[in-house]
Amino acid sequence: MTTVRCMLMRGALLVVAASVLAGCSIQPWVKPYERERLADPLMALSRNGLADKHRDHVFDVREASRGATGVQGSGCGCN
Amino acid sequence: MRANKRRPRPAALLRALLGALFGSLGALATSAAHAADLPEDRADAMWHSYDGGGTKADGPAVLVRKSVAGKVSLSGSYYMDHVSNASIDVVTTASPYKETRHEWGVGLDYAVRDSLLTLAATRSKEPDYLAEGVSLDVSQEVFGGMSTINLGFTRANDKVGRSDISGYFDSAKHWRYRLGLTQVLTPRLLASLNYESVSDDGFLGNAYRSALVFGAAVPERMPRTRSSRAVKARLIGAVGDNASLRGEYRYFWDNWDIKAHTGEAGYSRTFGPKWLTEAFLRVYSQDKALFYSDNATTETLYITRSRQYSTFDSTSFGARLAYTALKVPGRYEVKLNGSFERINYDFKDFTDVRNGQLYSYDANVVQLFVSATF
Repeated sequence: MTTVRCMLMRGALLVVAASVLAGCSIQPWVKPYERERLADPLMALSRNGLADKHRDHVFDVREASRGATGVQGSGCGCN
Repeated sequence: MRANKRRPRPAALLRALLGALFGSLGALATSAAHAADLPEDRADAMWHSYDGGGTKADGPAVLVRKSVAGKVSLSGSYYMDHVSNASIDVVTTASPYKETRHEWGVGLDYAVRDSLLTLAATRSKEPDYLAEGVSLDVSQEVFGGMSTINLGFTRANDKVGRSDISGYFDSAKHWRYRLGLTQVLTPRLLASLNYESVSDDGFLGNAYRSALVFGAAVPERMPRTRSSRAVKARLIGAVGDNASLRGEYRYFWDNWDIKAHTGEAGYSRTFGPKWLTEAFLRVYSQDKALFYSDNATTETLYITRSRQYSTFDSTSFGARLAYTALKVPGRYEVKLNGSFERINYDFKDFTDVRNGQLYSYDANVVQLFVSATF
């Protein structure tokens, strides 16, 4: 019980610290008008979802690893 | 005399913790209100091809996405794989075959305040396998639009059959949970971090594949459960005025004792207002599954000779090209796209039974497509 209470207290302190940081100290340091470059297709993490999905499928059926690719998909009869 | 301390109850602490958590998220989200954008309306028509190791898979794929009333975006996709398989597994243990896989997908995106909710469903069907899945993803912009948090869940069911029996003889269930963070670091630098956990329960092998035990072919015996985790970090930065450089790393591990590393780097550059090019390199390596053996010398509960679960390295390099054929600013844009990738697979403990040598092969992946945004 004591361990649970201790963990909750730590969690509460962490969240309070995060709240203070979020609410007071740190402000977004890249303003919306400074993000023009980030909106350029050159800076896109994924430019074509359909093509990325095909490429992901090519690796998915041949490699044991899977997931966290940033490409959304589901079952494919890969076995 | 012992002091009578008043200790906070765990339930009260939990309520306070949750209150503070939602309060801090709310503060982050509303610190600079920013409405989430729906994905742009677009249509893609693609022809894709994979050719390597005796396997050819090609076919068309289309995707159409259209927003309705500015709040909802509907999408539909179709993908076909026409497979002609004469891979080393097939030619050494069975007969080459041809089959077609069809995959349909529908999706709905809903923008509410600074959140984007995505509900999607897919259905993939081939003669001896049916896979269906639904997914829900939530994307929330916080911290004045500098950070985007993604949460997602997919539930999928497979039905497994064989070409020599009618109907399906087994099934599999899959659960996928994902978490992502995309962070603007500077006006020229963007980072993302993704995590995904996948759990499976059911038939996870191949109904046709054989393993070798003391040199004799036996049916593959795979565990019926699997649990895996993967984390991926990406960084993309602007280089000069018309180029960008990206780097990615993914680490994967599971309870079949497989560990894998994936690294990728790409350099993109525009040439004038119409051309966008990219060159990229990908390296991959993985350890074998606990129960993988090229030719087992002991009897074990589980055994496979699937090279997908063997020890191997893979290196690939390629290029992408996009040409803006038509553009009317604010109305529509049509691009012609091409991509080529050469992949080399180098197996460390999978031998070609025809000559006893370690197996390796090269494959080519081609994508040709037209994309239109409107």
